[in-house]
Amino acid sequence: MNLLFALVALPLLFMLASLVAGRHGPRLIWLAAPLMTGLAVWLAMVVHTAPEGGALGGWPVPLGIMLEADGLAAALMMASAITAAITGLFALGSYGTTRAETTGSYTFWPLFYGLWAAVNAVLVSRDLFNLYVAIELLSICAVALAAFGSRKAAMDYLMIALAGSLAYLLGVVLIFAAVGTLDLSLIAERAPEARTSILIGAALISAGLIAKTALFPLHGWLPPAHGAAPPAVSALLSALVVKASFVILLRVWFEALPGLTEQAIITGFGMLGAAAILYGSALALRQEGLKALIAYSTVAQLGYLFLVFPLAGGGETITPWAAGAWGAMGFHASAHMLAKAGLFLAAGLMIHASGNGRMDGLTGLARAMPVTTLAFALCAVSLMGLPPSGGFMAKYLMLIASLASGQWPYALVILAGGLMAAAYLFRPLARMFAGNETPAITPLAHRWLPLAPLALAIAAMALGLLSAAPYELMASGLPEAGEAGLEEVEP
Amino acid sequence: MSLAFDLALCALILGAAGLAVAGRNLFGSVVFYIVYGVLIALAWVSLGAADVALAEAAIGAGVTGVLLIGAWQGMKDAGGLEAEITQSLPVRVLAGLGAAALGGLIGFAILSLPGHEGLTGPVAENQPAVNLGNPVTAVLLSFRAYDTLLETLVLSAALAAVWSLTPAGLWGGIPGPKHTTRPDGVMASFGRLLPPLGLLVAVYLVWAGADQPGGAFQAGTVLAAVWILIVLAGLRDEPRLSSLTLRVIVIAGPLVFLGAALAGALSGLALGYPEGHARTLILIIEYALTLSIAATLALLIAGPARRAP
Repeated sequence: MNLLFALVALPLLFMLASLVAGRHGPRLIWLAAPLMTGLAVWLAMVVHTAPEGGALGGWPVPLGIMLEADGLAAALMMASAITAAITGLFALGSYGTTRAETTGSYTFWPLFYGLWAAVNAVLVSRDLFNLYVAIELLSICAVALAAFGSRKAAMDYLMIALAGSLAYLLGVVLIFAAVGTLDLSLIAERAPEARTSILIGAALISAGLIAKTALFPLHGWLPPAHGAAPPAVSALLSALVVKASFVILLRVWFEALPGLTEQAIITGFGMLGAAAILYGSALALRQEGLKALIAYSTVAQLGYLFLVFPLAGGGETITPWAAGAWGAMGFHASAHMLAKAGLFLAAGLMIHASGNGRMDGLTGLARAMPVTTLAFALCAVSLMGLPPSGGFMAKYLMLIASLASGQWPYALVILAGGLMAAAYLFRPLARMFAGNETPAITPLAHRWLPLAPLALAIAAMALGLLSAAPYELMASGLPEAGEAGLEEVEP
Repeated sequence: MSLAFDLALCALILGAAGLAVAGRNLFGSVVFYIVYGVLIALAWVSLGAADVALAEAAIGAGVTGVLLIGAWQGMKDAGGLEAEITQSLPVRVLAGLGAAALGGLIGFAILSLPGHEGLTGPVAENQPAVNLGNPVTAVLLSFRAYDTLLETLVLSAALAAVWSLTPAGLWGGIPGPKHTTRPDGVMASFGRLLPPLGLLVAVYLVWAGADQPGGAFQAGTVLAAVWILIVLAGLRDEPRLSSLTLRVIVIAGPLVFLGAALAGALSGLALGYPEGHARTLILIIEYALTLSIAATLALLIAGPARRAP
């Protein structure tokens, strides 16, 4: 439990340190990146044997707050630590000046560490109100960072994020009034006593979290905000921020209210996810701006996460494929974190170098920026779901789960999504290799910068090549409902 | 209190809320919103929740009101008030129906609640262990200290967020316009008269907070109000945002809190206080937090730098 607390507290300590370190603030990332990655690896090793957790301050629930990391939390913690650490190092290129303080080089860092701490806090919390505080911290940091790009897009994002928070909080209040506890496991025990009020509360919670996760049809705010932000910020927003609200949604339905979920709710989430995959991919195909394309791809890829509801939770009998679907969701979330952050960082470097954010600016860049192009291509392979990437493992497991459970329409959607991803990502790739001339490019802020997206791409590949250990980790400490199906758990 | 008083209060709350939402005049809406905050604070008093009432009056009505008036002034200066924003009738009807449906749903959910006691019992049972008379302080600084810790850091993050809007070239400068007042004017007299009283109230609130209603958030808000009043009266200018002293004051409270929590983690129990020293440590954290919350709130209201350093 102390390890879990440290994973939240240390980024917060870095946040406070960067507020007083002034022009030396950017240097803290050289300490934070290895330290936090090391702690995340340590957590994965601990959780591999048994879930880790405990009551903060020694106050048991319902009075106090429980922290706990199951396999999914540990796996996502590791993926997000790698993503945040590498993105932080990459951000030194834009916000790393130590000659004098500027608005960017000072304020980026506290917001970055606040965001990191909030993601970790969401992953380990077992308390509905504590999760609210964590996503408040997350939203404030994310919106402020989005405003580094477009203030207008950030304002729209702020409105959606606040409306989502209020809906979530209202739902939490209703559930607390109904069962007198905020702890996920205790809610699961007491939920049947007040079914109606709790379902209304859960509906409010879900609506708020869906808006924050940008699930179709509430995705409108995401492409402008993610597309207009600076590359390091886009990477953090697309890789980490939207996953956090999804994890809360997962915890609410699979761990707090497994006995209350009805087939209609499960199908609803599945349909929205499928619609997001098709609609987001179709729009990504039509984008002319490179970052807009990657942002619409996020809308599509988020849809896959929601397929865990029908694949792991649906069905009428005990479902042996549910564990596979749960693992698939974990793989998809981790692989998308790494690959999407890598894509945004690579795209940012290319746009800086070519001075043109549109597709035609990419012509021939593969010859001028071979490492960046390689990183882009490897990340694209993972997003398309081709072997041997982490994205392939995710989509393969999802396909198996949907066919084994007889829900073949989802298999078609998964295949179509993969083909469309190949189509929309092939367009920029083809451009990069087009022509015979080597275009003149603006030099990068630092010649090592392309290594950041490359490292993320390699991590996304490693997730697929060495899939046995992460799969075991994600399946360990699986919530009962993730294993047996949402309707099978007797509350 | 009597039923008649409660009913009248409810009617006033609904009326103020309605006028705040439906008003055509933006400034009028802001004023009714502040009135609404004060009425809600009265409702909390009527429900016997004095701590919540204090917080609602100080933050819900006070700080938010000041921020809204500031936003209104900013919109007026930018010419944003002239632009008429009216939605078409179908949109308004749909929005009204949606709000009514949501309200009805929530009302239904509340009516079908089984009526749970909540956690009053467990809190009262465990309160002696931390030796605090005020159950709210015991919850905020001990039982659910983790939430409070994160909340204080939300404030620090919000300040970084506001500062991130500083225009290039003004970084480290001074926020807001310079205020000057006539030396014998009303504002100058207020500026001399109210700050000492405010200081007294703030010190009392944090001192009493351990055993009676009050605490760091309420006291910090009063201190922030004192700061704002001094600036408005032209007695002192806002500080430079590059000042190290200022930044140290901003992080002091969260740092002490986080430090205590981490020290607990190193000795075996994160956010745990050593046996018999809970009250002392909690008071130290509260005092440090009061200063930082005051500085952070005042700086949030002051906004990003608008004058070069």
